[in-house]
Amino acid sequence: MPKLTIDGIAVEVPPNTTILQAAESVGVEIPRFCYHDRLSIAGNCRMCLVDVEKSPKPVASCAMPVGEGMVVHTKSDRANKARGGVMEFLLINHPLDCPICDQGGECDLQDQAMAYGFDRGRFHENKRAVKDKYMGPVVETVMTRCIHCTRCVRFATEVAGVPQLGATGRGEDMEITTYLEGALSSELSGNVVDLCPVGALTSKPYAFNARPWELRKTESVDVMDAVGTNVRLDARGRVVLRVLPRVNEDVNEEWMADKSRHAVDGLRYQRLDQPYVRKNGKLQPASWDEAFGAIVTKIKGLPGSKIAALAGDTVDAESMMVLKDLLTALGSGNLDCRQDGAALDPSVRASYIFNSTIAGIEQADAILIVGSNPRKEAPVLNARIRKRYLRGGVAIATVGDAIDLTYKYEHLGADAGLLSRIADGSHPFAATLKSAKKPMIIVGMAALTRADGAAVLAAAKSVADNCGLVKDGWNGFNVLHTAASRVGGLDLGFVPGAGGKDTRGILAGASGGEIEAVYLLGADEINTAKLGKAFVIYQGHHGDRGAHRADVVLPGAAYTEKDGTYVNTEGRVQRGLRAVFPPGDAREDWTIIRALSEKLGKTLPYDSIGQVRARMYYVNPLFSGVDKAQAADWKPFGAAGAVAATGFDYPVKNYYMTDPISRASRTMAQCTEEFVLAGSKQMTGTHG
Amino acid sequence: MLADKDRIFTNLYGRHDWRLAGARARGDWDGTKEIMDMGPDWIIDEMKRSGLRGRGGAGFPTGLKWSFMPKTESDRPHYLVVNADEGEPGTCKDRDMLRFDPHKLVEGCLIASFAMRAHACYIYIRGEFYNEASNLQVAIDEAYAAGLIGDNACGSGWKFDLYLHRGAGAYICGEETALIESLEGKKGQPRLKPPFPAGVGLYGCPTTVNNVESIAVAPTILRRGASWFAGIGRPNNTGTKVFCISGNVNKPCNVEDAMSIPLKELIEKHAGGVRGGWDNLLGIIPGGASVPVLPKSICDTVLMDFDSLRDVKSGLGTAAVMVMDKSTDIVAAIARLSAFYKHESCGQCTPCREGTGWLARVMKRMVKGEATLGEIDTLEQVTYQIEGHTICALGDAAAWPVQGLIRHFRPELERRIREYRDAKVRDKAA
Repeated sequence: MPKLTIDGIAVEVPPNTTILQAAESVGVEIPRFCYHDRLSIAGNCRMCLVDVEKSPKPVASCAMPVGEGMVVHTKSDRANKARGGVMEFLLINHPLDCPICDQGGECDLQDQAMAYGFDRGRFHENKRAVKDKYMGPVVETVMTRCIHCTRCVRFATEVAGVPQLGATGRGEDMEITTYLEGALSSELSGNVVDLCPVGALTSKPYAFNARPWELRKTESVDVMDAVGTNVRLDARGRVVLRVLPRVNEDVNEEWMADKSRHAVDGLRYQRLDQPYVRKNGKLQPASWDEAFGAIVTKIKGLPGSKIAALAGDTVDAESMMVLKDLLTALGSGNLDCRQDGAALDPSVRASYIFNSTIAGIEQADAILIVGSNPRKEAPVLNARIRKRYLRGGVAIATVGDAIDLTYKYEHLGADAGLLSRIADGSHPFAATLKSAKKPMIIVGMAALTRADGAAVLAAAKSVADNCGLVKDGWNGFNVLHTAASRVGGLDLGFVPGAGGKDTRGILAGASGGEIEAVYLLGADEINTAKLGKAFVIYQGHHGDRGAHRADVVLPGAAYTEKDGTYVNTEGRVQRGLRAVFPPGDAREDWTIIRALSEKLGKTLPYDSIGQVRARMYYVNPLFSGVDKAQAADWKPFGAAGAVAATGFDYPVKNYYMTDPISRASRTMAQCTEEFVLAGSKQMTGTHG
Repeated sequence: MLADKDRIFTNLYGRHDWRLAGARARGDWDGTKEIMDMGPDWIIDEMKRSGLRGRGGAGFPTGLKWSFMPKTESDRPHYLVVNADEGEPGTCKDRDMLRFDPHKLVEGCLIASFAMRAHACYIYIRGEFYNEASNLQVAIDEAYAAGLIGDNACGSGWKFDLYLHRGAGAYICGEETALIESLEGKKGQPRLKPPFPAGVGLYGCPTTVNNVESIAVAPTILRRGASWFAGIGRPNNTGTKVFCISGNVNKPCNVEDAMSIPLKELIEKHAGGVRGGWDNLLGIIPGGASVPVLPKSICDTVLMDFDSLRDVKSGLGTAAVMVMDKSTDIVAAIARLSAFYKHESCGQCTPCREGTGWLARVMKRMVKGEATLGEIDTLEQVTYQIEGHTICALGDAAAWPVQGLIRHFRPELERRIREYRDAKVRDKAA
């Protein structure tokens, strides 16, 4: 371990640490633009120059490994002079249009110019102007502001795995561009905005909306996929204006998927802000009392077996807990949180979570992906697989469609039957898994929503058992969910009770008339035509598929508008906080069900969210372990059966529209047009 | 003056056959196997003792550079890369070696690669050198056909392959790490050092990059002995060197002479003297576009070698001597060089990308004197803000000519500024 001195502070760090990292470890801050600890080192901004004794020139601390006995001065005259010079160079061709720049107030160049800039300019020539580039519906460009740090280029190439960004031209004519000026076709493209240290790349939907100091910042959890990306909601007044990622090394590092970031404008459109009751075939605005009255009229006296409930993809665990208790009180066991009908086994936790954890991907040395498209279903998790891939020494294979996952993999075939062959060792990839130290399988929803989903799950389990995926300190059996609420629902037992029906049974029952009332808690991803003549109560925040079919609509809160608990695909319990209040008469979801229970004469025994959570801890103590991914015991599960030799039907057809919020979002509509419909749609001459 | 018997490049003017038969007649490929039989360590040791310093401009001891390569082969192959991307303005030495003496280079590649345990060598040749690349390829093919290189090079049992790669016309690709990037098919931009190419170079493998001349002289040094080479020139500046003399001289030429020859003697003996006589001399750029210009007072006595030119705050560089007589507009000449560096900066790192443009614009105004006296100081400070702060040496190269101009010709700059200002005042009055 080399020992060195930085600004008079002795420090001992592991070899191959850079001077900049060593300085950070003792609290000495070195300014930088191009350096980013999750990207490769470019060393091109030269802002981090420091003075090293016995070195003839100042050295770039971001790129220079520490050496034994080095004496580093970060604030000497020579270092300050070097930085002042670099700062002057950066500013001579920078437009200094801070008053009209969206980066103002959170701009690295602005901040560091305050510390190292001169008080006046000496550059009297014309400044450079650069033509703006088109980078898609979410990234706005003002390329004249670019300082060529190449963070965006490195992000696109390394993390996102889409080498579409680069520099053309030489010297001061160098321009950062998507070579063909097409949109950056990555589900992670919004991150380049966070990475850009200046205002060259800014958020297009958020353009000219607010200044950072006007915003109220609330920590929350994203619900657009099952990764549970940690987010910060930036709100002004009653509107969430933008969503930014928070750092969580175990979950999302500091990345965030485009839908999670930019679907937020969907919270402003198509909102349910008051109850509705269907009268004469039409939904009419109603008061809460009228809505509850209509429900009581229908439900009171119905036997429990004729009542059912389905929970949607983005609901919080609290409201599922309360709804489950209500249905139990009504004597119904017909409830399910798996609205896609996935054959997940709620009795064994290890069978439905991402056991190895997301961070565990980085240790894996063999990965088998079955019936999942992680690039669309969990882009941030996919970036983690790519990160592992880039380090080398990992065998990745897929069973499913040949799709572009941003890394190379062995495509074993589209046929789910391959799984049985891997399990019995007759497929060559079984040997790869067996010889790996930390092999893993990732089973996607496309594999489990098949008619023979249970058999696929059992086959995946025998792969895990036979190929050594589960061993001491390592469980490589992973289920990749697509819904933020799913694991929470399974953990709470929001699944059919004794004699109860599951999603398929409920829909069949509703069509057939055995089930007369269905409570949809934010459940929109079902075939509402199958609800038949049943009385449908829809509780949710958007006028989407469920509300269209409903007989009574109860306006609930979106994830930004309530305190909620979500369990991500790894089984990590996370809490989001309320950033703004729900619009109009809408209420936090658990309170709506609690109020209804009173009207139904089955008053539930909690009056505060604390009491609801206490109930959750009682039902499943795991819920008290917030922010922790808790290991699950490996127990027998699954029902072995024949796996049909057919392909998969992937759940995410259009990444940009998967839930009511993203379907209401204009930004997501633009993304859909750009990335999904482009080419498939004929544009007319007057289009756009 | 160098005796004819001590010349290494005996076909520098292309008067003889450049092909294999002619090269053999001049002594090339003579006893190559015997040299290789002495072993890699002996070769590197001889090169160190010869005192040969790299001929590409920086003057780093060649033998020492070779010794940085790992002594044993691992699973990562070793590479020798020859830098034939001769683009330094004023320099044309490698060009004549490539077209008139290509076998010297091919033989040097074999011996140097053997010494560094490399089985493959790449020659990165400037794209504009079409005929040179053509001749070199013929020489490589001849050497393959004669068994001099290939699976059993010169019967030594050493497998050696030589590849020629043509560049696409960027000055920066003459920088060793940018050259490696370009060779790998990427945009020619210098890499950060460390890691140095000897550790992580071409395709991530140990690599040495040498100038054409450094490699081409190696076989002769090894044949005639390190002490012969070390006996020419001054200590620490040994051997012979090909000088390229251009500009306002009566007979511009490439000439091989001993290191440390006085600059005045070099020009008077080989180039027919300065046009209009030595007293008509204004200044000389002694080592290619990137070294500072020297005024006549220094040129009178300075020796042409690394150390003495460094002592007068210039450099030997590529030994491209550019002579300017009193008819030269020295400010315009340096301004042209600044424009060159602005055009050739790769744009990767800030001081060079932004600074070269700034220098070029101010220099353009300085030609007419369209500036203030204070701007001369600003200009000089800007050069020091670039120098030493960049990834590669192009930033330094852009800064030095301007520094040299201000150091030695400041009165000329001031005169132009005053005259321009006075003319303005007169115009207004009229």
